[in-house]
Amino acid sequence: MAAGAQNNQGEIFIKNVTKIYDPEGVHVVAMKDCSFDIAAGEFAVIVGPSGCGKTTLLNAIAGFDTITSGEIYLDGELISSRDRQIKPDVERMVVFQNGALFPWKTVMENVIYGPVVQKRMKRSEAVDAARDMLHQVGLNGIEDKYPEELSSGVQRRVEILRALINKPKVVMLDEPFRGLDAVAKTVMHEFLMDIFCESPRTMFFITHDLDEAIFLGSKVIIMTTRPAQVKKIVQVDLPWPREHHLLGSQIYLDLKREVLEAVHEEAKKAFEAGEREMA
Amino acid sequence: MMSRLKARVTDPQLLRALIGILVFVSLWYLFTAVLNLPRFKLIPNPIAVLKDWFSFTPASGRSIFTKVYYLDIAYSVGRTLAAFALATILGVSLGLLMGWSRTFYDFTFPIVELLRPMPPLSWIPLAILILPGVEIAVVYVTFIAAFFATVLNTLLGVFSIDKNYFLAARCLGSRPKDVFMNVIVPGSLPFIFTGLQIGMGISWMSLVAGEIIAGKQGLGYAIYEGYFLYQFEHVISYMFTLGILGYISSAAIRAAGRKLMAWEARRRGA
Amino acid sequence: MEMIQELRLKREFKKVFNIRVLRGFLSIVMFVVLWQLVVFIKVPYLENLPYPKDVAAGAADAAGSRTYWFGWGISLIRIFVGFIMAQLIGIPLGLAMGISRTFKDFTFPVFEMLRPIPPIAWIPLAILFWPTRELSIYFLVFIGAFFIIVINVIQGVSNISVSLKWAASSLGARPKHIFWRILVPGSLPSIITGMTVGMGVTWNVLIAAEMIAGQGGLGRMTWEAYTNNNIPFIVVGMVSIGVAGYLCSTLVRWLGEKAMPWKKRF
Repeated sequence: MAAGAQNNQGEIFIKNVTKIYDPEGVHVVAMKDCSFDIAAGEFAVIVGPSGCGKTTLLNAIAGFDTITSGEIYLDGELISSRDRQIKPDVERMVVFQNGALFPWKTVMENVIYGPVVQKRMKRSEAVDAARDMLHQVGLNGIEDKYPEELSSGVQRRVEILRALINKPKVVMLDEPFRGLDAVAKTVMHEFLMDIFCESPRTMFFITHDLDEAIFLGSKVIIMTTRPAQVKKIVQVDLPWPREHHLLGSQIYLDLKREVLEAVHEEAKKAFEAGEREMA
Repeated sequence: MMSRLKARVTDPQLLRALIGILVFVSLWYLFTAVLNLPRFKLIPNPIAVLKDWFSFTPASGRSIFTKVYYLDIAYSVGRTLAAFALATILGVSLGLLMGWSRTFYDFTFPIVELLRPMPPLSWIPLAILILPGVEIAVVYVTFIAAFFATVLNTLLGVFSIDKNYFLAARCLGSRPKDVFMNVIVPGSLPFIFTGLQIGMGISWMSLVAGEIIAGKQGLGYAIYEGYFLYQFEHVISYMFTLGILGYISSAAIRAAGRKLMAWEARRRGA
Repeated sequence: MEMIQELRLKREFKKVFNIRVLRGFLSIVMFVVLWQLVVFIKVPYLENLPYPKDVAAGAADAAGSRTYWFGWGISLIRIFVGFIMAQLIGIPLGLAMGISRTFKDFTFPVFEMLRPIPPIAWIPLAILFWPTRELSIYFLVFIGAFFIIVINVIQGVSNISVSLKWAASSLGARPKHIFWRILVPGSLPSIITGMTVGMGVTWNVLIAAEMIAGQGGLGRMTWEAYTNNNIPFIVVGMVSIGVAGYLCSTLVRWLGEKAMPWKKRF
């Protein structure tokens, strides 16, 4: 681990996970025999064709949904299997695709929500901690604003801070930067990079953006088209913290070609499958 | 300061509003007092209404300078407030509970759906017959009107909340109680206030009917009495009084909503 | 494959023993049992309620009588005349107010002055003004639906996005086309909402008007049951009014779905 995991928590084993949805008798096999591991403190990025079942996997790890067979372990503890599903908790924090900051709470109230509701901190302690965090990333002065008064880039950063203040073992992000423009995205990448290098913890990051995947990830897991399986795992051995000039380097371009080829193959399959379904 | 005042006065919208109202009142005057059109003969003209409404010695005995006027208002407002408060407390809690618990919803929703289509005023005969005293019957009819509007809108409010807020709340370590207080209640507030707004409107309407049919005092009762005693001026002045009260009460609900939902107001401002 | 087999079994099981349907059924049964019990053990005040079986008997009697169905007819006619008049006058008025700023500036204040007056407070004036009782009831029903539809149409027009209008103009649409192709269908959802809400209010107004001033009709019949102390029939009347109101609202919703095939409502 280039970034150096400070703690060895947040190790995820995904073993032969299968998920079959059964809406109205139409079986949709979202995942089939999907297996891979994420080491503690590793920044894992999941890419794959849309609708391939990436979010299904996230939901299973987070405890939002069940799986049909297989096992998921977090630090050796079985958290999801056919017969067992551990309810969502603060160890596995999710940042949602469309953002889920409570619109009726101010930025400060949002960030301190977790520690206060878990009775882990007194309100005043939580406020201090939150103010420190916001200050550290240059987001001061917005504590009393409501989320919808802020740009979506700032909203996303606040939501990530709301997750991190709980010191979870795993942070799961489901295409968190979708819909942001290219400039805002680079700001987000640096923000996430700073946070990750500051205190590395296991990341489970879903995206469509291959540059984002390679820039952020310590490994990129490419999924096949539905039913989702691991197509290829690409280790990204770039130095930490990642910097934007890396995007022009030869080693980066080689990695990108490798990822792109695998993704393209699957995208083509998905497209053909789509055409078959249409026909 | 001056320029703003000047802008106000020369604002075409205000001017047009005044002209619009003036035209309406003039037509009313023309039809009743000047032309004496056949169907308008019995309708009092606006000047007569105003004279009666603001007279020290009104023919009907009811003007803004008489005690009766305020007593009538007090009766009607008191009944509406009592009924509305009860409807809000019961309706919001029932709606929230139904939205919170699937089981509770499954058991109660069919009964709500069974009783809801009955117009509140169809309860009047049964209410008079069964409840002790006409007073309670009138309040009950007023209550039932607002109650169902509140329950239904509160429930819709809970259902309107994005699923991700629930998931996020659970991730962050909320117990069911916390989800209730931090997601369900604030998330459904906009719909609750819509329900209260609608409920208030139906409440006033049902109150008037209740007072006419069963009441002994109050604005609705006085309107009907005025009709029987041929004091048509105060029928009209009381209609407007009801209109003003209705307007004030919905403005009050709007103000309360703005106060409780600062985030909505700021979004609209932005 | 046995996994799929298992899921299929689970689904079949769910189909037969749908817990939610079961609970709904149970809740209605509980409601009737509770009602029976409340009268039987003489809970104060509620003991005056009729037994469910008396109401059922009353309903059976009513179903066989001509006057009962006549009541339905009279009430339905009153609703339809008043309601349709309100739409015929209210929708064009609302469209005009929504389209022309000037027109709205002149008329809206008067409209807002009259709107908060509860429709039922119009009863004495309506009786004074209209030559027959029937006409005054039509008028009251009209008032019940009129203000609601106008407000909804105005809102509907203002909710149509400007870009839609621009897109249409840039495609070379003339004002007439913009009106019929954009403004009217664009405000249709609000019109339907206004009609649905108005239908509910209208029944409320009709029942009061019939009780106070009407001859015949479901409201009047219920009131007469009260004066004759025929308690089971009071409940039959209430339920009939509920059913009639429900049918009318369903009709409006159905029309809405027909008129807006692009918008699937729940």
